[in-house]
Amino acid sequence: MTAELIAEVILPAIGGQDATALTDAAEVAWGADRVVFTTDSYVVQPLEFAGGDIGKLAVCGTVNDLAVAAARPVALSMSLVLEEGLEIELLRRVLVSAGEAARRAGVTIVTGDTKVIDRRGEPGMTINTAGIGAPLPGGEVGFRHVGAGDALVLTGPLGLHGLAVMCRRKGLSIASSLESDCQAIHELTAALLEALGPRVHWMRDPTRGGLAATLVDLAQATGRNVEVRQRAIPTDPAATVAAEMLGLDLLNVANEGRLVAVVEAAAAEQAVNILAAHEAAPAPVIIGNVGEATDMPLVEMVTAAGGRRIVQMPYGEDLPRIC
Amino acid sequence: MTHLPDILGRIDTLWPRALARAGERVQLMEICGTHTVAVSRGGLRDLLPGPLRLVSGPGCPVCVTDQTYVDQAIHLAGERDVIVATYGDMVRVPGREGSLEQARSAGAAVEVIYAAHEAVELARRKAPRQVVFLAIGFETTAPATALALRQARAGRVSNFSVFSAHKLVLPAMHALLDQEDVRIDGFLCPGHVSVIIGYRAYEPIVRKHLRPCVVAGFDDEQILAGIAEILRQLAEAAPAAASVYPVVKADGNPQARQVIEETFRVADAPWRALGVIPSSGLDLAEEYAEFDTARRFELPQVESYEPPGCRCGDVICGRCLPRDCPLFANPCTPRDPVGPCMVSSEGACAAHYKYHRPETGKTNDAT
Repeated sequence: MTAELIAEVILPAIGGQDATALTDAAEVAWGADRVVFTTDSYVVQPLEFAGGDIGKLAVCGTVNDLAVAAARPVALSMSLVLEEGLEIELLRRVLVSAGEAARRAGVTIVTGDTKVIDRRGEPGMTINTAGIGAPLPGGEVGFRHVGAGDALVLTGPLGLHGLAVMCRRKGLSIASSLESDCQAIHELTAALLEALGPRVHWMRDPTRGGLAATLVDLAQATGRNVEVRQRAIPTDPAATVAAEMLGLDLLNVANEGRLVAVVEAAAAEQAVNILAAHEAAPAPVIIGNVGEATDMPLVEMVTAAGGRRIVQMPYGEDLPRIC
Repeated sequence: MTHLPDILGRIDTLWPRALARAGERVQLMEICGTHTVAVSRGGLRDLLPGPLRLVSGPGCPVCVTDQTYVDQAIHLAGERDVIVATYGDMVRVPGREGSLEQARSAGAAVEVIYAAHEAVELARRKAPRQVVFLAIGFETTAPATALALRQARAGRVSNFSVFSAHKLVLPAMHALLDQEDVRIDGFLCPGHVSVIIGYRAYEPIVRKHLRPCVVAGFDDEQILAGIAEILRQLAEAAPAAASVYPVVKADGNPQARQVIEETFRVADAPWRALGVIPSSGLDLAEEYAEFDTARRFELPQVESYEPPGCRCGDVICGRCLPRDCPLFANPCTPRDPVGPCMVSSEGACAAHYKYHRPETGKTNDAT
């Protein structure tokens, strides 16, 4: 529904971009140069959860959008909308967390704004971060570069962020080891681009809607079938248990620290090895391939049992708000 | 996954003999929404021999709920000072004039809960407003409703009532086998229900209809092991009530059954597509009459209604596959459902739509 709103109301009203070309980040001409520019708003409830908080999320999420656009993140703005009654200690904690995340990611928060509004129920906060980055040399990522036979590379197990948020929200503690995977992945994208250059065809950090949403977007935007193999996808035992208890399909659950890279088939193993040297990629692996162009592009998964099923765009109950 | 190749090997070995006794094909029915989803999500049909067809039966509580119940629930939700508390899936089932969700958008008070006791807590919080709990589900969820009633009684939560549409699985199985145009060579029996009723509960089906009844759990190996056991029974012409699911005992959970017996009385109940099946539902016992929505409120007499073209009834009887319904995928989709089989996360139509290739429906059958 948000997609329809964007296509039918928002874009026509503000003019400019063709909806099909929209990505999370945009390249803007800057004199003889280009700068990559992105923005995102963070409204997650609860504000703190295992492995992270809204502050860390607001920095990492925007850094990651720049990273997958083949840019080196440089600077962020941070706008806070605080509801009256918000505990000062909580605010301090999430901002310290944001500051730490920015330092680790090598970005500076250079400007910002703070507003205080009337509370609406449990006092909360929302954060908007906008980010600018410098395009990395050798980076040529985009849907149009994706071709038949390209390999899909994933960096770690799925669903940790969504599960951590949902468990905190429901007051469940299924496994003490279950933590959001919230982290910056710019080092991963930079390493891939440095070593492989234009052999990296497309990148995305799968967030809301999980890997499923990312793969369906890829299939629809490229007009190509996508095949993924369930047995190749790394698993986390605590996440598996939590997903079963909550009745969720991990493919649909949000991540905040994973990278999906589409690379030339011949470069796939090298990509995995490059990623394996980085802590931010706990289990890099080839999980599938891009197929032929077709009228009805589908994402198909070879199941653990060896059968096949379709992967659809998650919607509704599959999509609790997590960022 | 080390057992999976063994199980598939067993299926391959048993299949020719099972088929020889059955004729041209074998049609098995699973009667559990969780199985429905697990089979499609696991792509398990691809692993079965061609002429072995696995169909869904009336195992999804939302799907078998008669549409008059939905209309009555919507009527209650529209009453002043009444809040309807319901499990999530029911909210989008279309009644004659829209769903509970649409009624909610128009101002009716509808709350989604995840467990029966939450309805009692809601009633406490929202007193003196009435909270009506839509109690659907088979023997699996009836004990939770029973405990909620005890909670309400103990806490004197008098503004709480239960609108029971609980159903029993066995009578539906008998009713299906009495339908002449439905072919079922064996049943894959529901895991959760069987935890309560025990696998020996299926012996009357075996005795009367000579069909294998095998309980299985919910992972890939369990489901395929259950199918292998059914094929063995068919191959040896030795139908029996059995279980490959270790947590299911022959006698089930007698305490849970006792709680059900103390709280409910067995009554005739209307099932979507199967009509009224005698002794197939659970009404509140006299003991709990004060909490019975049907006695507390004046419920409107509503006519039964099937949306034109909708074949949900045939789907839940195993007469057709979801893709055989003229409305499947166009216009009936999970986002814009016409019938309950597409609304419910455990409905056969939703599972097929979500997991199967659009153009073929991708089921493994030779017809």
